[in-house]
Amino acid sequence: MNLRLIKQRFMLHLDPVLLSGLGALLLVSLLVLYSASGGNEMRVLGQLGNIAIGFVALWIVANMPLHWLMRIAVPIYVLGMLLLIGVALFGEISHGARRWLNLGFMNFQPSELMKIAVPLMMAWYFEKHEATLTMKNYVIATLLLLMPVALILRQPDLGTSILIAASGFYVLFLAGLSWRVIGGLLVGAAASAPFLWNMLHDYQRHRILMLFDPSQDALGKGYHTIQGMIAVGSGGLLGKGYMQGTQTHLDFLPERTTDFIFAVYSEEFGFVGNLFLLGLFAFIIGRGFMITASASTYFTRLMAGSVTLTFFTYAFVNMGMVSGILPVVGVPLPLVSYGGTSMLTLLLGFGVLMSIHTHQRLVKT
Amino acid sequence: MTPHAELKNHQRERYLFSLRLVFCLSFVGLLMAILLARAFYLQVWKHEYFDTMAESNRIFVVPIVPNRGVITDRNGRVLARNYAGYTLELTPEKIKDLNATIAEIGKLVEIKPKDLRRFKKLMSERRSLQTLPVKTRLTDEELARFAAQRFRFPGVEIKARLFREYPLSETTSHLLGYIGRINQQELDELDKKNLAGNYMGSDYIGKTGIEQRYEKEMHGVTGFEQIEVDAGGRAVRMLSRTPPQSGKDLKLTLDAGLQEVAEQAFGDYRGALVAIDPATGEILSFVSKPGYDPNLFIDGIDTESWDALNNSPDVPLNNRALRGQYPPGSTIKPFMALTGLHFDVRSPSFSISDPGYFMLPGSSHRYRDWKTSGHGRVDLFASVVVSCDTYYYGLATELGIDRMHEYLDQFGFGKRTGIDLEGEVSGLLPSTEWKMKRHQQIWYPGDTVSAGIGQGYNLVTPLQLAFATAILANDGVAYKPHLVKEIQHAPNEPQAAPEPLYDLHIPAEHLALVKSAMQAVVKPGGTAVGAFWGVGYPVAGKTGTAQVIGIKQGEKYDAEKVSEYNRDHAWFIAFAPADKPRIALAVLAENGGHGGSTAAPIARKVLDYYLLGKKPKPLQKVVEKEGVEDD
Repeated sequence: MNLRLIKQRFMLHLDPVLLSGLGALLLVSLLVLYSASGGNEMRVLGQLGNIAIGFVALWIVANMPLHWLMRIAVPIYVLGMLLLIGVALFGEISHGARRWLNLGFMNFQPSELMKIAVPLMMAWYFEKHEATLTMKNYVIATLLLLMPVALILRQPDLGTSILIAASGFYVLFLAGLSWRVIGGLLVGAAASAPFLWNMLHDYQRHRILMLFDPSQDALGKGYHTIQGMIAVGSGGLLGKGYMQGTQTHLDFLPERTTDFIFAVYSEEFGFVGNLFLLGLFAFIIGRGFMITASASTYFTRLMAGSVTLTFFTYAFVNMGMVSGILPVVGVPLPLVSYGGTSMLTLLLGFGVLMSIHTHQRLVKT
Repeated sequence: MTPHAELKNHQRERYLFSLRLVFCLSFVGLLMAILLARAFYLQVWKHEYFDTMAESNRIFVVPIVPNRGVITDRNGRVLARNYAGYTLELTPEKIKDLNATIAEIGKLVEIKPKDLRRFKKLMSERRSLQTLPVKTRLTDEELARFAAQRFRFPGVEIKARLFREYPLSETTSHLLGYIGRINQQELDELDKKNLAGNYMGSDYIGKTGIEQRYEKEMHGVTGFEQIEVDAGGRAVRMLSRTPPQSGKDLKLTLDAGLQEVAEQAFGDYRGALVAIDPATGEILSFVSKPGYDPNLFIDGIDTESWDALNNSPDVPLNNRALRGQYPPGSTIKPFMALTGLHFDVRSPSFSISDPGYFMLPGSSHRYRDWKTSGHGRVDLFASVVVSCDTYYYGLATELGIDRMHEYLDQFGFGKRTGIDLEGEVSGLLPSTEWKMKRHQQIWYPGDTVSAGIGQGYNLVTPLQLAFATAILANDGVAYKPHLVKEIQHAPNEPQAAPEPLYDLHIPAEHLALVKSAMQAVVKPGGTAVGAFWGVGYPVAGKTGTAQVIGIKQGEKYDAEKVSEYNRDHAWFIAFAPADKPRIALAVLAENGGHGGSTAAPIARKVLDYYLLGKKPKPLQKVVEKEGVEDD
């Protein structure tokens, strides 16, 4: 096989359009990480490693035929649930939360696995009952969603549970959950809000309260939000320049390489930079919608739509919390924030999207 | 189900899915727009606000305190200076157990009970997060010992500071005043005047005296360093530096040597002395006895020292020269004589026959002369020389109180001189209008009689009397008394010479008569001859006695019988050389008795030093000449 053929085989199940969007965003990530870490090459190399692992996973999943995906949906979901229960019973406690499972050789966070497993399971379930969808199926699907969400919420991990709840809800919505039920759920949610409020941990309540008035506790819980807003606002139209952000480089900004990396970017590249970044996200999401719209089966449509919308939710919640319109819930900026696990699950998701896109293309031709 | 129906169903399903997808797409678009709007709001609309926030986050402004101006006397001798020293300061908010910490520090550095008492006083009046000195002026050894152990004492720091020092201590206390720690009230005051920024790093402010009056000039302009800090408050780099402008140095009109001589001349007497250069109004000496050590006040005085000063029967904190009000007694007579001549009520040749008392027409009340047998025939010249009371009883009665008020007012009696010190009092020069206003009473002829010899309602401060004497010495041309000769200025900056306030236009023959009578006071036959025996320059003077308690009709005042604090105050005013005066002064010796025997010798020492450069030997007793008495 010559080089061209190797390349062809390699690219066979990848989508060059989506790939270029992801590549651009990952380049931005490396660039901003270098500044956010104060010029630390190790951080950049670490992220490069995360990308490499994530990309291998993406390539593998993208090359999986769709029926494989369908076949692994149930086992992965069951495994994930078992692990979540394991975490609840034997998990490692770190920073006051029980999220990790010590596997001896590595710490593993099963909730990350569920970001893919839950929509996969629900899409599989709807595909199974496509012809005879009744109210009962929606209820069971909802239960499939709520069980892991409740377990993760108890860890506690508000950010992840929101993202998983969102990904599951998108499946329900795209599967045609009737507007009347959605309306009823909204009313119900509003009515049960006080009850849910009591379920939340103190720190979660605090974070929600800070949304309304971060200055209330400027040195405590509101500090993150205020410093983030100052960083974004002081960036101005054109930004302070690469490596020139004072909020970033003088340590005022917390969690610069992870949850608050958007503030670093905004401070240094300004409003114009944000236009570019949002454009990049819009491009990736737009491509995701195109793949969703052209997906051939019920399962693939639901799965592609959920992955695309969850990716958007990630981005929106993160940028919203950094710019002070959403509470700080601990959601990273997808593909930009430093972090191996989220990089892996996100790229896995895009692998699913590419598999859906390339395999049906092959089917068509 | 037919394939057709299934296909249709499939199409409908796809259609419904597409609708949902379009809905999602619009939802995504809407949220994207919200993010964009938020970014626009923060980065464009409110950019300036957040930019300011970011700047104030990272930029820390450190004030650089300017050096306070130095005060020197007219010859350049330093009266108030700054010296660098180390203090040990605590921030009470940062220390858990204050007493334990101080006890621990006490093992390394000697902390006297006095330091502790002062620290407690400072604690009660401190501003929040202020650092308070627990020990000032560390020795090199103490400094080294503490520095080696400082890690054990969070919230305790060694600070290098400039200290104020008054080398002449008590001698200059009442005119220089002192600086002290800024209290809340002064801080509010500075805030109102928009000066709080200039005092950001300053701990001290002038509290009394020259230090208070010339605070603005001597404080200087605070400089600033803008330092970039990180979130931990660590300095990263200096962004800019505005150097401070040192406070201006003051050169006083005071002659420190003269001041020392004057202060020593009082011996154990309480009292005051003010000496003025009559040709300029420059104050050469300004003494109030007893004084106090102003250095005690700088870092907050401890309670014990404060109580000692505050409760002393000698009231050392009272500035007698500026705020002490006493009847002028016979020292008013030269001015009364000029008043009589001015209104043509007396001619130089007019004389009375003094029986030793004066009676108002239609009254049997006898206003006694100090000399019960009377002075015999007394004209204006003699009335000053022998200090004849009867002469002035009659003169006052004929003048009337309002004419006396009109003329004496021009010598500065009954009003503030306008000296450059805070807290001057006005004394009292009575008039019919004043009595009606103040006491709702008409003026009685008897009031005028005692006013004629400077008793009754009359009150003067030593400063006022010195001012009046200076006007007389300078032939009626008045210069405002002042303590500051020069405020530091650029070499080519023009300085205004003192301008006369006004001229009384006293006829030369009136002046010559009164001045020659005053010269005769210090010669044989005069009331102050004892003190000026063998004087080497022409002196003009006048004795005076101010009654502290009233004496009933038919009784005689006996200094031996009344307690020390009820004895009469002794006055002496003088100027010299009489023909071309270079110095005019007023001396008050509280409870000193006779002006001629206690106040005049003090004046003699001062004049001798100023005019001849003669330093009096300490502990030299003045020989009192018997037989010469004042009223």
